[in-house]
Amino acid sequence: MATKLPATDIVIIGLGWTGSIIAESMTKVGVNVVAIERGPWRDTATDFPPTYSPDELRYAVRHDLFVRPAQTTLTFRNNIRQTALPIRTWGAFLLPNGVGGAGVHWNAQTWRFLPTDFVLKTHLTQRYGAKFLPPDMTIQDWGVTYDELEPHLDTFEYLCGTSGTAGNLKGQKQPFGNPFEGARSRPYPTPAQKQPYGPVLWAEAAKEMGYSPFPQPSGNLSQAYTNPLGVTMGPCTYCGFCERFGCGNYSKASPQTTLLPVLMRRSNFEARTECEVTRINLDNTGKRATGVTYVDTQGREWEQPAEMVFLCAFQMFNVQLLLLSRIGQPYDVNTGQGVIGRNFSYQVTSSVESFFDNKIFNTFIASGAIGMCIDDFNGDNFDHGPYGFVGGGYMGMVQPNARPIEATPTPPGTPQWGAAWKKAVKDNYLSTILPAVHGSCYSYRDCYLDLDPTYKDRFGRPLMRLTFDFHENELKMSQFLTDRLAEIVQRMGPRQIVKLPRTGHFNIVPYQTTHTCGGAIMGTDPKTSALNRYLQSWDVHNLFVTGATNFPQNAGYNPTGTIGALTYWMLDAVHKQYLKSPGPMEHT
Amino acid sequence: MPSTNHLMLRSAHNAPLEARTTPMQFLLACALLVLGTAGARAQNPDKQSFEVIEHGRYMAIAGDCAACHTAKSGQPFAGGGALQTPFGTLLAPNITPDVETGIGGVTEDEFLDAVRNGIGHGGIHLYPAMPYTYYTKMTREDVIAIRAYLDTVQPVRNEVHANQLPFPFNQRETMLGWNELYFTPGEFKPEPSKSAEWNRGAYIVEGVEHCGLCHTPKNVMGGDENSRAMQGSVLQNWYAPNMTGERRAGIGDWTVEDITLYLKTGRNRYDIASGPMADAVYHSTSHLTDADLRAIAVYLKDLPPGGGVAPQPVSAQDPAMQEGQAIYNNQCAACHTVAGEGIVGLFPRLNGAPVVQQAQATSLIRVVLEGSRAVATDGAPTGPAMPSFAWRLSDAEVAAVVTYIRNAWGNAAQPASASEVGNMRQVLHRQAQAP
Repeated sequence: MATKLPATDIVIIGLGWTGSIIAESMTKVGVNVVAIERGPWRDTATDFPPTYSPDELRYAVRHDLFVRPAQTTLTFRNNIRQTALPIRTWGAFLLPNGVGGAGVHWNAQTWRFLPTDFVLKTHLTQRYGAKFLPPDMTIQDWGVTYDELEPHLDTFEYLCGTSGTAGNLKGQKQPFGNPFEGARSRPYPTPAQKQPYGPVLWAEAAKEMGYSPFPQPSGNLSQAYTNPLGVTMGPCTYCGFCERFGCGNYSKASPQTTLLPVLMRRSNFEARTECEVTRINLDNTGKRATGVTYVDTQGREWEQPAEMVFLCAFQMFNVQLLLLSRIGQPYDVNTGQGVIGRNFSYQVTSSVESFFDNKIFNTFIASGAIGMCIDDFNGDNFDHGPYGFVGGGYMGMVQPNARPIEATPTPPGTPQWGAAWKKAVKDNYLSTILPAVHGSCYSYRDCYLDLDPTYKDRFGRPLMRLTFDFHENELKMSQFLTDRLAEIVQRMGPRQIVKLPRTGHFNIVPYQTTHTCGGAIMGTDPKTSALNRYLQSWDVHNLFVTGATNFPQNAGYNPTGTIGALTYWMLDAVHKQYLKSPGPMEHT
Repeated sequence: MPSTNHLMLRSAHNAPLEARTTPMQFLLACALLVLGTAGARAQNPDKQSFEVIEHGRYMAIAGDCAACHTAKSGQPFAGGGALQTPFGTLLAPNITPDVETGIGGVTEDEFLDAVRNGIGHGGIHLYPAMPYTYYTKMTREDVIAIRAYLDTVQPVRNEVHANQLPFPFNQRETMLGWNELYFTPGEFKPEPSKSAEWNRGAYIVEGVEHCGLCHTPKNVMGGDENSRAMQGSVLQNWYAPNMTGERRAGIGDWTVEDITLYLKTGRNRYDIASGPMADAVYHSTSHLTDADLRAIAVYLKDLPPGGGVAPQPVSAQDPAMQEGQAIYNNQCAACHTVAGEGIVGLFPRLNGAPVVQQAQATSLIRVVLEGSRAVATDGAPTGPAMPSFAWRLSDAEVAAVVTYIRNAWGNAAQPASASEVGNMRQVLHRQAQAP
């Protein structure tokens, strides 16, 4: 039996990037906010100080910052003919936990999606005709345009201090930037990070081939920066312990380094950590949330009444909580009807392992978002007509790390262990690079999330079940993009290259990316989206849902820039419309 | 002060201060500044007046009464905060209006006598951990305003036995002789040759903010060595740095704006407040008016340089320096940078920094062992922190890196020794064990 607590104005479920942004925005106007976070409190100096934060065994291998499968996990299958089984050790993706969420352990690659990405269905249909798209592909327009999001992309980048070189300022193409990007209203807050040797050589080769290389936009800062909230970040030291790690140098944009110091000074903000929300409560009409129920570490159940609920957990846990709270119509794979769980998408990454004889790259000089990229093959930046697929990705020589345990490059044919393996690692460690492709993944009728019929969590609630496989369109794309990348690498004169495109079925075991998307997507039609274009639930007007869970399909970029911008876009509408007259928001 | 002056003061209250003033106008202006914000105050201020209570609240913040009189996790002003002195422990009394255990039964004159003369209820002598040696400079009106404010706080019943000192220091009569030697009672006297701003700064620094309590060296009896005022001192295992105009160890290079910004936000282009100064900024100086902070800065800038005789720097060839440099580049440079320049607002500058070139390395050793969190204020909310290195550096290694920091990049200061580090390690260990 839950103990009812005094009511508050706003409850936020999950204190990651979007939860922190919402809490800051709402407490600023005097609203009382309670954030309820499943994981622990995390603070730079206390939880990942530079004295031990670069501990590869603890953080990268043993997954210190991620949710423990014993606390919660999901089940997986490739298709509906299979029986899904629980994931007991994280593999393809690493799901976050704790204050800061995935914002603690990301690589900080801070991209903007292309303008055409937001009107994808309309754009592709107009250019290639509806028949060009696979019949089971369920892509759709987002209901928000790039131009509408631009001010909010800008806000997020200035919050983070993002380092980069603009390619398009107010419609004017800029040298050394990405010529394909949408117009940005002002330059990046800080200049691009300095580039190591490998990315420089790769960019030269790409340029010689007629492409337009530019530095990857980075949330690991090139120089010290104080954001508009007055919080100061330090310059990146190129240590290469970013993804899977917290940054001990205050250099990587995260809720800890941009928002929480300000938030913690606000007396109308409260964070309850190690408290897991078990359901969103509705009134007897089912159209209004009355708050949430959560359980603390002692197993005590609490009810926190609130006027508004923001669901800001990680992508698939948002979907799970919606289904468990019976909000919105669950997606039915047989009929294609229903919206909660619909349009799960992922990311199609690939690489070209490149061995050199005569070059020392020092790949340990690294940052999670350092490198030179091209966007010539992203989105619809090239004519897909001859190739028979849609989608694309950025590719580049990105140098995120070369850590001692896991970065052990060896050419094909090397034994897996022993003296010959050791020698090969020694010979190749400094002279091997791993240029990569970050490809889109569009949505399909048979890729979705629902509640598992068999497996339950520690509270007896059904686990989330993921049904997902790669489709031919994405595999064709991966082959094409990987071939183009390999051509650029060949120009650098390697001894040997190994192309590693995605092939065959999606495999849940090897790490690929944590960019899981969809399941509670935004849109303009309640029949095909869980949320309206302001991320407001079509069914429960005082419930808003944030994160990559909003994406109708995934673009060929890392998602965080778009997630941040969508959150600010939503907040703008909440402040201007919802707080003044609560109810379903009109399209303006 | 004669009441006629007050009448004149009242009429002059809102008049702008001219650059050229007559001596009489000047004295009036000084007195006015000293009196602070409650311009319409009579000889016996109306303790029910909003202005007086607000002024008292401001002065209580300036005096940082809560620093001692509010215990950790205790009720505001209910006392019990422990003060570790070289002579033993004192507990700060309850100063809420509770009649039996607080100061509810203390008359106004008794309150004045306690704050300004160190004479407590029933004529007992207070110990100078209560900085009456500084508060004596405060005006009667300011002290009564503090009382007016304290009368409005929640009364808390909390009996505090202040005197926890061992014999013979627990004999309060000993303070009679101490006062003879080290206490000069009397209100602040404006210095007519200086500006009104300077005088306001002097009034705050030497009086209510009692800066010298930490920053002025003490003799063996705990009295201020006034000949070395503000030249830096060890207190509670921290080294409160030299605040004079001395350039190497003092703040001679800081501008008025640098000092003002530091006191307001806890940071400036040179340094970030941590340790006890973080508390002072957090609880007190960050809440002062910009005009008062500027006055403090103007006064501090005028303190004569002193106490900064530069020792011969330790040679870069010295083995400790060589080892220290290796440790520094490996452990410290990622944040403080190889050249020791730091990052403004995040990682303090070490190169040329006074704070690392103090006469003793106490604070530096402590920060390396214990780590440190900088103050977070509205003006500078980041509150960055340095982690503890106690678990990964030996006493000799800490001594080497501290010696390096104190003597690299043109810095010059006495080297640190492994035994100093070992002693500090024990002190910190004992503090961690203490209830």
